[in-house]
Amino acid sequence: MLFTSYEFIGFILILFAAYYLTPGKKQWILLLAASYLFYFLADPVYLIYILTTTVTVYLAARHIGRIAEEQSVYIKENKTSLSKEEKKAYKAGMKSRQWKCLLVCLLFNIGILAVVKYTNFVISNVNSVMKWAGSNNQLDFWDIALPMGISFYTFQAVGYLIDVYRGVAQAEQNPFKLALFISFFPQLVQGPISRFNDLKEGLFSEHRFQADTVCRGLQRILWGYFKKMVIADRILTAVNTIIRDADSYRGAYVFVGMLFYALELYADFTGGIDITIGIAETLGIKMAENFNRPFFSKSIKEYWRRWHITMGTWFTDYIFYPISVCKPMLKFARFTKAHFGDVIGKRLPVYLSSFVVWFATGIWHGASWNFIVWGLGNWVVIMISQELEPLYERFHNRFHIKDKFAFRLFQVIRTVLLMSCLRMFDCYRDVPLTFKMFGTMFTEWNWQILWDGSLLLLGLSGLDYVILAAGTILLIAVSLMQRRESVRTQIAVKSYPVRFAIWFGLFLCILLMGAYGVGYDASQFIYNQF
Amino acid sequence: MEELLEILRDLHPEVDFETCDSLIDDKILDSFDIVSIIAEIEDQFDVVITAEKIIPRNFNSAEALYALIQELEDED
Amino acid sequence: MKKVKIGRAVCTIAVVLISLYLLQKLLMPKYVTDVIEGALIAEYYEEEKDHDVIFIGDCEVYENFSPNVLWDEYGINSYIRGSAQQLIWQSYYLLEDTLRYEKPEVVVFNVLAMKYNEPQKEAYNRMTLEGMKWSMSKVKSIQASMTKEEHFLDYVFPILRYHSRWSELTADDLKYMFRTKKVSHNGYYMRVDVKPAENVPGGKVLADYQFGDNAYDYLDKITQLCKENDIQLILIKAPSLYPYWYDEWEQQMEDYAEENNLMYINFLKLIEETGLDFSTDTYDGGLHLNLSGAEKITRYFGQVLKEEVGLSDRRDEQELVLRWQEKQKFYEQDRDEQLEALQNNQ
Repeated sequence: MLFTSYEFIGFILILFAAYYLTPGKKQWILLLAASYLFYFLADPVYLIYILTTTVTVYLAARHIGRIAEEQSVYIKENKTSLSKEEKKAYKAGMKSRQWKCLLVCLLFNIGILAVVKYTNFVISNVNSVMKWAGSNNQLDFWDIALPMGISFYTFQAVGYLIDVYRGVAQAEQNPFKLALFISFFPQLVQGPISRFNDLKEGLFSEHRFQADTVCRGLQRILWGYFKKMVIADRILTAVNTIIRDADSYRGAYVFVGMLFYALELYADFTGGIDITIGIAETLGIKMAENFNRPFFSKSIKEYWRRWHITMGTWFTDYIFYPISVCKPMLKFARFTKAHFGDVIGKRLPVYLSSFVVWFATGIWHGASWNFIVWGLGNWVVIMISQELEPLYERFHNRFHIKDKFAFRLFQVIRTVLLMSCLRMFDCYRDVPLTFKMFGTMFTEWNWQILWDGSLLLLGLSGLDYVILAAGTILLIAVSLMQRRESVRTQIAVKSYPVRFAIWFGLFLCILLMGAYGVGYDASQFIYNQF
Repeated sequence: MEELLEILRDLHPEVDFETCDSLIDDKILDSFDIVSIIAEIEDQFDVVITAEKIIPRNFNSAEALYALIQELEDED
Repeated sequence: MKKVKIGRAVCTIAVVLISLYLLQKLLMPKYVTDVIEGALIAEYYEEEKDHDVIFIGDCEVYENFSPNVLWDEYGINSYIRGSAQQLIWQSYYLLEDTLRYEKPEVVVFNVLAMKYNEPQKEAYNRMTLEGMKWSMSKVKSIQASMTKEEHFLDYVFPILRYHSRWSELTADDLKYMFRTKKVSHNGYYMRVDVKPAENVPGGKVLADYQFGDNAYDYLDKITQLCKENDIQLILIKAPSLYPYWYDEWEQQMEDYAEENNLMYINFLKLIEETGLDFSTDTYDGGLHLNLSGAEKITRYFGQVLKEEVGLSDRRDEQELVLRWQEKQKFYEQDRDEQLEALQNNQ
């Protein structure tokens, strides 16, 4: 079910009505049923995967939780009799029992994700190597469907398990509650990746119908649909035209495609998340934010703190820190410091762990080289800017423009362009082709297409461009307004007719200008006499 | 405490670590800083701050961080 | 306070519903100037319903038969419920729909539609289905006609389908928001221009000439429905040269007519008898007849209706005569205007 389908809207409406008619204590059960139904409707086979993950993570977390309980009881009982060393040894033993359990469960679940997601990637690489080595043998690809949302729910489940291991979260006693946390349907498709501690309160408590909260949720949903249907789905036509025919659309077209894709992705992804969070809000559930006006970032590093936030923090908390502060890495740091001096010794471990993180981020986005190169591209840019930091420092000490508007604007535009360039790997989905197309921007001088009407041949009419421009201005305006406080809050203090005009106007915009339905591409009847 | 403040000042000379108590919440320290700090602490205090201890509460102020170090030293 | 809130809610809902209704009215195609075929189905409901003959079928009925000639020369009161690429299930449900209002003596069905066994094109579906008044027949017809990418909801709320038409609205959309302009002559779409038929392509060889099961099912249903209502069903094949009518198809229809004891007239075989001349009687090179051609074959068909079916002359019914006088006036006016426009263009 796509967010933009009638089925989905119908599903939400029915769920919504049922939710507030259900006694508060049972509401979470309804959500669980709805989530599994959502999954079932996508493909019944998928249920096996999510159930396996849920059951194994539940059992492992319970086991780890019980060891922790056992430990605290034992220590309390033997508070006086244990020497410090004994206590430490006992704790270490318990920790290692927990660690074993964690490791088995992690390997199993990450293993499932790896097998379904990356087997064909491995096969295709093996095939290329064999071909290169002159062998005619080729392995067959494995015909397997990637279960919906597996990357998201696996991460969510694994995050929960690690939290339990770390003692940050309590192991959930009720397997069905855990099942709901892992399968909560609005976030299945594209996140956000929630933490158990953040979400459990909202998921499992009682929610009475509150007009204000519901309205705010609806407003957010509306805004999400606006971004998705009026902007993203409209500009998609032009993006597809450009990237699907790389031979014809070169030079300046690549630049146009790059910017259009940036807008498309932003509107689509943030719009989808708005819908997700908005739906949760109408149900009285607060979810973690996933974006914080990312295109206003002044560096790539900052951008990644503001774009797809829940994914970024997931990688930082569960991969970056564990790797960079583990004992071998600290040892390695000492070693490099001793042999290569302070400067390298300080950096190498951090750079190494962030290399791993960016490699993982890349491959998590998709099982192909272009995503890996994209991930590592981000890593390279971040490392370079990190290294240039002292240089910037000197520059700013000399020229006092750091806080000037023009300079900040320059930084913002630089970030947008850099990110858009990197995303070309995501666009063309082919590493050599991406480099080639990137090159044509500098070798083929056809910038006249920007004003000679060629842009009107990409599948968008002049009117479409007007709508896109207006939509983009609105996006920027809203982002700027958000700096103060939530735009919905700002609107809420206005008089009723004004509020009504704004929200109903937005609704009409989506209804009339949304790129949906049969009518969109076939906007005219062509009657060919039959 | 003074040793710790030195480590911190080394990274961000512009921050007043004695009073600031929102180092993480206000995004003054980023993940790279935290890793450097942990490495330095390990060097100078000989305590290992494991990944599960990296939570905002422990890193929001120099004081909290110092308390963490002492707690870890105690355990040793 | 509570009263204020309720009042506000009621007003809000009213404003929302009314604006959506008005928008929908505004955005729906009006079919008054360009593609007037889209207006045919709805026009029927404004008629007095006591017809002797009802035609159902695609463009081969609504462009080839003139009810005015049937009245003028034989006193037969007829109506064409035709629409562009009307599929056979649509014809069936239109017949069901028609029977809710009246019971004609004869129903005429053009068999070209037998060649389609599955839903075809959304645009044509719209033109046939949208004009129908809501009834179970319409619901079933929509369900039978939808292509894969269509959605029932889009028929219930056509604004979802036409939402993007706001950019191409014309003055006509405003003018005809609530009223319509008559575009047909009892369902007949008049054209007076001439484009001779030359080099009509022959039929491509088909893999299978057998009409589909679904199509036969609905033909059976039409036959059955007529039988139940004591209506004589006449199958016809209009004299259009294209789409090509294969001998294998002809054989199947002849067999069907014989098995079911139905009259079947293939006008393609009656070119001489009707006096049709494809150098003057078609406006698009043999696909459809123009006024002169339509009048010729209608004249022939009227003779059949009178003599073989035995329909009586109703030109003695005063009220009917008056009604047809109006229609005749509009017919002549339409013809004259078209001729004039044609001359001005040359």
